[in-house]
Amino acid sequence: MARKNPRSDAARSEESAAAVSRRKFLAGVAVTSAAATAATGGANAATPPAGAAKVPSVLRPTAHQVALEANVVTEVKPMAGRAGSDFMVDVIKSLDIEYCYANPASSYRGIHESLINYGKNTTPEFITCMHEESSVAMAHGHFKVSGKPQMVLCHGVVGLMHATMAIYNAWADRVPVIVVGGNDLDAARRAPGVPTYHSGQDINALVRDITKWDDNPVSLQHFAQSFVRAYKMSMTPPYEPVMIALDGGLQEEPMNEHGGSLYIPKYVQTAPPHADLNALRETAKLLVNAENPVIVVDRMARSQDGINSLVQLAELVQAPVIDQSNRMNFPNTHHLCQSTQAQPLIRNADLIIGLEVADFWNTVNLFIDNGLENGLGTRQSRVKPGTKLITISSAELNQKSNYQDFQRFQSVDISMVGDTEASLAFLIEAVKSAIGNDRKAAYEKRGEAMKKDWQQSHERTKQAAVIGWDANPISVPRLCAEVWAQIKDLDYSFVASRSGIGSWPNRLWKMDKHHHWLGGSGGGGVGYGLPASVGAAHANKPLGRFSVSMQGDGDLMFAPGAMWTAARHKIPLLSVLQNNKGYHQEVMHVQRMSNRRNRVANLGTTIKDMGPVGTRIENPDVNYAKLAESMGWYATPPISDPAELGPALKRAVEVVKSGQPALVDVVSQAR
Amino acid sequence: MRIVQRKLGLAVVAVGLMLGQASALAASAEKGKSLFMTYGCFQCHGTVGQGGNAGPKLAPSPMPYEALANFVRTTNRQMPPYREAVLPNEDLADIYAYLESVPAVPDYKTIPILKD
Repeated sequence: MARKNPRSDAARSEESAAAVSRRKFLAGVAVTSAAATAATGGANAATPPAGAAKVPSVLRPTAHQVALEANVVTEVKPMAGRAGSDFMVDVIKSLDIEYCYANPASSYRGIHESLINYGKNTTPEFITCMHEESSVAMAHGHFKVSGKPQMVLCHGVVGLMHATMAIYNAWADRVPVIVVGGNDLDAARRAPGVPTYHSGQDINALVRDITKWDDNPVSLQHFAQSFVRAYKMSMTPPYEPVMIALDGGLQEEPMNEHGGSLYIPKYVQTAPPHADLNALRETAKLLVNAENPVIVVDRMARSQDGINSLVQLAELVQAPVIDQSNRMNFPNTHHLCQSTQAQPLIRNADLIIGLEVADFWNTVNLFIDNGLENGLGTRQSRVKPGTKLITISSAELNQKSNYQDFQRFQSVDISMVGDTEASLAFLIEAVKSAIGNDRKAAYEKRGEAMKKDWQQSHERTKQAAVIGWDANPISVPRLCAEVWAQIKDLDYSFVASRSGIGSWPNRLWKMDKHHHWLGGSGGGGVGYGLPASVGAAHANKPLGRFSVSMQGDGDLMFAPGAMWTAARHKIPLLSVLQNNKGYHQEVMHVQRMSNRRNRVANLGTTIKDMGPVGTRIENPDVNYAKLAESMGWYATPPISDPAELGPALKRAVEVVKSGQPALVDVVSQAR
Repeated sequence: MRIVQRKLGLAVVAVGLMLGQASALAASAEKGKSLFMTYGCFQCHGTVGQGGNAGPKLAPSPMPYEALANFVRTTNRQMPPYREAVLPNEDLADIYAYLESVPAVPDYKTIPILKD
């Protein structure tokens, strides 16, 4: 029976459900009566004839008595025909979704059973997760490698509540995830107690502000349309998560109640939108004539093609590129990669082109949280007067009001909406057409200056890494240099990092492939690092790539269960733990407030910590090795001697190459 | 406005002179190392003052004491100012002695894994 949407037709739905209940009740009564009659007859047949010589002291129980004792009052027949959730699996399979990351839940038991039995647990394969936040983060990490959205199943209400922070990360990071939440809509039919606590009138409302689209299908055909539409919308730039609420009744009802004309809509990917051609031509003219142009990139390259196109554009005019590192956008081996020179380049620029820059205001302005200006902090322009500002952004095609990921408003001279990767080919052609011979010498001179700057910056970075080389706790640059020494000859993928590591890997490691650096969490929600690394490593595994993550200790403790998922599903990952025993972003916030109020930050009275109360993870120290080993990982004890780090990493690399996840616990500096 | 700026400038010089006197006291690098940790300097500048993504390099070869002290007391930059009530002059002098004690570093080319 097709379920009705209670919001639009509640009365009819209740009446219809009641009718079904009555039909089933009457059928049950009929079966019970028949059983009772049979039992009575049986009992009569067993009654001995009058005058019989012996009567046993204990009579055999009747069939009716046996049935009552066993609580069997009706015979439950198997479902006739295929379940509705079998059809749902057909729809999901049509989109070639590889994995379903999920923590099991009653509200999606119908589709769970169909996925593993009818669907043979392939495409998608059910990946057991220990928290819905981890499920979403794993799908998030997987996409950044595979470029294919994965599915997350979660329990209605409570499971979705667990998932929300990770959905926000995916939203802010422009990553598609297909989130499906089980829900028992029918109040007259669902079980009382916990299942009703876990049901909602509109569970999608929880995540509507951080998903591109959502739906609540009320028939199987509706599900097919909605699922394919959700997939299509999530995969049209800007990529974003989508949400489908899945009614429990719809999963469990037979397909034949939905008629025989069910079909699966064909999926055709939407061509990405490009920026306006006239605006691109105007941009090209300004770029070829600028004396000090700068290209700033953030979440620009969706693929290696995006990187290659950006290299081509930058080389045409020898323009420096500042990579804000939320994706791998530009090879750090290229002389035009000038990310370390961001501030002087922006100060001197006469043209700044921002490509998919999430926070352009903060790129061209400076904010200092110093309590000045009536407590608002110092805000001043980073650019000189007259500097032309241009942006291309797909995010503007899909902005919502509530959450502030669109950042502070920045006026610009040319603003284009469109996907940058799709727009670059047009911009490159426009630049080629606009370049005059008179500019070529200037480009050559600029290119030579950039080569010199790049080399000097490279040398300065390495020399800076030497300070504190033998320090204990181990310095962050030493840590990054030791990891690089072990992975530099592998086809590696740096799948996640934490803010305390800073840009050291991007400065010390050679990065020129899209998979060499996947970027951060997006929304800055802690608890992304471990599960996203597991998801990304999962996608890297069939590609033969070596996955490495710089893991924060605080982040790990948000969702350590993700380690079990990696071991259970044999996902090789080198997780290098930057064990700095604290939440260091917050250390400085508390310190700032204390100083502003002329007070000494309280480090504790009975137990002295190495940071203000509430910001440290010590006394007692967490035994991460035991934690990891308990969930099937190879792990090292805490390493605080820099000399021991290289050999420990070497052993762990071999373990990971054999197919196991490994954790190397490095007692390291704060940042 | 200019008057305000001049007064601020004089105040900075006065603080500098006062701190200069403090630095003349017998400063202890060993004590300074401990204070560098308990005041949380290491959180942004690293345990040997090497600097990091949250704070600049302080050592080896720290800036002159007066300049450092002026900055610590009056900064309006990203670092919050540490007034004397929070960080006494004597402690600041010890911290400076510690930074001065950090040895110079070798050329990176002498370290095999940085050489490539």
